[in-house]
Amino acid sequence: MAKYLLLKHYRGAPASVNDVPMDQWTPEEISAHVQYMKDFAARLVKTGEFVDSQALAPEGAWVRYDGEGRPPVTDGPFAETKDLIAGWMVIDVDSYERAVELAGELSAEPGAGGKPIHEWLELRPFMSAEQHTITE
Amino acid sequence: MDEALLRSLTPSVLGILVRRGADFAAAEDAVQDALVKAMSVWPADPPRDPKGWLITAAWHRFLDATRADAARRRREDVVDEEPAPGPAPAVDDTLQLYFLCAHPSLTPSSAVALTLRAVGGLTTRQIAQAYLVPEATMAQRISRAKRTVSGVRFDQPGDVATVLRVLYLVFNEGYSGDVDLAAEAIRLTRQLAAAIDHPEVAGLLALMLLHHARSAARTAPDGSLVPLAEQDRGRWDTRSIAEGVAILQAALVRDRLGEFQAQAAIAALHADAPTAEETDWVQIVEWYDELARLTDSPIVRLNRAVAVGEADGPRAGLAALVALDDSLPRHTAVAAYLHERDGDLTTAARLYAEAALKAPNLAERDHLTRQAARLNTHRRD
Repeated sequence: MAKYLLLKHYRGAPASVNDVPMDQWTPEEISAHVQYMKDFAARLVKTGEFVDSQALAPEGAWVRYDGEGRPPVTDGPFAETKDLIAGWMVIDVDSYERAVELAGELSAEPGAGGKPIHEWLELRPFMSAEQHTITE
Repeated sequence: MDEALLRSLTPSVLGILVRRGADFAAAEDAVQDALVKAMSVWPADPPRDPKGWLITAAWHRFLDATRADAARRRREDVVDEEPAPGPAPAVDDTLQLYFLCAHPSLTPSSAVALTLRAVGGLTTRQIAQAYLVPEATMAQRISRAKRTVSGVRFDQPGDVATVLRVLYLVFNEGYSGDVDLAAEAIRLTRQLAAAIDHPEVAGLLALMLLHHARSAARTAPDGSLVPLAEQDRGRWDTRSIAEGVAILQAALVRDRLGEFQAQAAIAALHADAPTAEETDWVQIVEWYDELARLTDSPIVRLNRAVAVGEADGPRAGLAALVALDDSLPRHTAVAAYLHERDGDLTTAARLYAEAALKAPNLAERDHLTRQAARLNTHRRD
C-alpha cells in the first residue's frame, strides 16, 4: 500500500476544460458537485482507501523566524499568490495506477451545465516515514 | 447498559476519591480505568449499586497505581487513614470538579478536554475523535492540563463564568465522531444547573435547549444548510423548546440579567414564531441592545444589524452595518443578505461570492456560493 496526496488548487493548476466559476453555476449544479465529492469520499471509505480530506480557506500568510527574542515576521495575506491550494484528499492504494484512476474519477466532478470539470489535480506520492525495504 | 448514566456518575466518584486523599491526576486516571472496566463488565454482570461498584473499582485501581509508585510507603499511610465510605457530598464535589476543569490557568482547548473527560466521563479516544486530532495528542493535552491544575486546591471556590464559557465552547463544536458534543454540553450544563443555583447557568441551559431544538431542521437531507427563515418549523423539537422557555422565564424573573439569558431570550423569540414572517423582530432588536450593553461585542452588533434590517427595513440594517468593521467574520455575508432584501441583486450576488471565500467552514461556504448562484441564475433568466 502507498499513500498519495490529491491536491486541488484554487489557482496555479492548468485551466480545466469546463472552467466556469462556481457562482456562475445554477444552485442545482452546485448541489450535484457537492454530492459527487461526498459520494466519492464515501466510496473510498468503503473500499478501505480513504485516509483524509480537508479544505483550506483561500487566505493565508507567510511567516518566518526573525531571530531570538523577536516575534516571527508575517507577510500577507496575498491576494495574488500564483499557486493557491484549495484542499486535498489523501488515499492509501495498492498501486500508482490505482491512484491515477481515482484522481481521474475525482477530476470528473460535475460543474457548469452538469458536465465534468476535467479539473487538473496534482498527484503526489508520500515519502514513507521509515525504510521498509531491505536494501542490503 | 446506559452509557450516559454510567458517565453521569463520573464526577461524584472522582470527587470521593479526591476527598479520600487521592491527588486529582491519579484519581482521574483511576476513574477513567474504572469506567472502561464497567463498560466491559456491566453488560454481562450489572451491579446492584453502580456507584458503589465504581468507587470500589476506582479506589483499587488508584491503590494499585500508587503502590507501584516510588512514594509507596507515604501513600499507604493515606490508605490507613481511609474514612469509612459514608454518604458523600456528591453535589459539592461535582461543582468543584467543574471549577477545577475550567480553571483560568488552563487554555480553552485544555479546559474543554479535561471537562469532557473528568466531568463528562468520555474516553480520550472519544474526545480525540470528536475534535479530529490523534489520540496521542489528546492524551498529552489532558495530562498537561492535569499537571497545570495539580497545585489548585480542590475545595477552592471557582468562577461560574469560566465554567459557562467552557460548556459554551463544547456546545458550539457540534458534531463529529460518535459523540454528539452539543447533546453532551446540554447534559453537562443540566448537571451543573442541578449543582448550583445561578441565573446564567439557567440562561445557558435554556439557550442550548432552544438552539438544539432546531438542529434537525437546520440541515437538508443533502447536508446543505437551511437558514432560519426557510426551516420547516414542524421539525423543531417542541418539548425542548418548552423546557428552554420555562427555564429561561424562571431565570429572568430573578432580575439578574446576563449575556446567556439575553441570547436565550432571542432564541426563544425565534422559537415562538409560528412562521418566519411572524417573528417579533422589534423585541429581538431590543434584546440585542441589551446584549450589546452586556458584552460590547462587535459580533453582537453585527447580528443586531440583521435584526434591524428585519424590523426597520434593509436600508436601516445597511446603515447599522456601516458603523462596523468590515473585517468582522460574516460581515460580507450580512451585507449580501441586506442588499438582496433591498433589491440590489447584482451587488448581493457579488458579495455572496466574496463572502463564500471568507466562510469559516464548508457548509457555510457551499451555502453562500449557492446564494450567489441563485441570484446569478435569476438574473440570466
